Amino acid sequence: MAGSNPNAKPMNLTLKVWRQKNRISQGGIVDYQVKDISPDMSFLEMLDVLNEDLLRQGQEPVAFDHDCREGICGSCNLFINGRAHGPEQGTTTCQLHMRKFSDGDTITIEPWRASAFPINKDLSVDRSAFDRIIQAGGYVSINTGGTPDANEIPIPKDIADRAFEAATCIGCGACVAACKNASAMLFVSAKVSQLALLPQGHVERKTRVENMVAQMDIEGFGACTNIGSCAAECPVGISLENIAILNQEFLSAKATSNNLA
Amino acid sequence: MSWISKTLTSSIGRKIVMATTGLFLCSFLVVHLLINLQLLRHDGGASFNFWAEFMGTNPVIRFMEIVLMLGFAVHIYQGLALAIKNKKARGAQGYVVNHSEQNSQWASRNMALLGTLLLIFLIVHLMNFWVRSRFDAFGGLAEVKVPNLDHPVGDLYSVAAASFKIPWYVALYALAQIALGYHLWHGFRSGFQTLGVKHPKYTPAIYYTGYVFSVVIAVLFALVPIVMFFGDQYQPRPATGQTVEQSLTEEPAALR
Repeated sequence: MAGSNPNAKPMNLTLKVWRQKNRISQGGIVDYQVKDISPDMSFLEMLDVLNEDLLRQGQEPVAFDHDCREGICGSCNLFINGRAHGPEQGTTTCQLHMRKFSDGDTITIEPWRASAFPINKDLSVDRSAFDRIIQAGGYVSINTGGTPDANEIPIPKDIADRAFEAATCIGCGACVAACKNASAMLFVSAKVSQLALLPQGHVERKTRVENMVAQMDIEGFGACTNIGSCAAECPVGISLENIAILNQEFLSAKATSNNLA
Repeated sequence: MSWISKTLTSSIGRKIVMATTGLFLCSFLVVHLLINLQLLRHDGGASFNFWAEFMGTNPVIRFMEIVLMLGFAVHIYQGLALAIKNKKARGAQGYVVNHSEQNSQWASRNMALLGTLLLIFLIVHLMNFWVRSRFDAFGGLAEVKVPNLDHPVGDLYSVAAASFKIPWYVALYALAQIALGYHLWHGFRSGFQTLGVKHPKYTPAIYYTGYVFSVVIAVLFALVPIVMFFGDQYQPRPATGQTVEQSLTEEPAALR
């Protein structure tokens, strides 16, 4: 393995994995042993090893969400040892490496837990509630026409930077998972403030925040109590400042929009 | 009206209601504490009774008392309603292992618990002082004369002095202030965050002010019953069956 540490000793681990047949069945923790895990493996590769073992034994493999395995798609979503995306700060599950664990460790792996994120199977959860929130207003309407010139609309550097920081949200749902109230406020705030900060987002500014917050409430997410676990567990470091911006945007939209409903 | 009710019942609207009522209740705490500190003056309760009379009779204060009660009612109702809603949002199955202590403060995660403890304290506290001072059927107050007023006033000082000679009562008060301190520790800065006040220039000052505010308020509130418990000079006047004339003639020297 390129770049691997030849001195790294393989590890034997005990896994306590949440197994659940489908949405409606009752789940539970099942213990597994995995052997000869390289510290250079990612957490998901370790689960691949477990699944190969299970397949060899004729058992059902553990279902878990993953896609790019590069930390940018937001698909992976494991609650590892009581922390969203595991013990390492600012990291998605796929970028968490087994060198963060020691030989003989017991690792508890659970799915995100929120009423708005029903469990599909085992560790895989349905996060389409986030998609519906985005559909409710997390977009900018662009009219067709000639290609606009670059830098046609002047945007101060610090505003562009703040918008970009908010835009780094990958929608993994760690904020919901970590929040005591299963609140989606950090996710929604990142999407709202990203567009509210930029002139291109001003066209739908008021309806956007009204509709996205309304959809967030319909989905059954909890209300924010400013605990801060969301920002602490966010793999891309979305800050609580975005929630303050969301609150401002919401209040001013409600006070001034023409929407009487 | 529907857009207003929709705003106030949305998740952010409910937060804003919690924040505004909470910060309003913070301002009440300051006034309450300033008057409580009068208890510690060595004047036989003259200053405290004077201010208690003012708070009970001044028309502006009496109006604000209604606003205050509404503030408490809304804050308590909304807080409990949100706690139930938020618990539901997690789902029936919680985490088997959850190390939330590694990502957030204890006080922040336990606002509903702290608030419930404060509610229990509030009921005991109101029954002992407020209900008694307002309704003669629940004890009423003996009357005493204070230097700056020509009419006798209710002797709320004696109620406090008598209450704070009871050990479990002093313990309850002191412990409740710990809950209050933790509640404010999170609540003060959280209120500003909810109202959208977040700025690199002001947020550190708001955090710092909140932490100092919570400690100072809790410590000073707790200090009053403790000092009165151990201090021999804080004694209630014998109140039972006293007429106004009796209590006027039996005033300690400090009041004449």
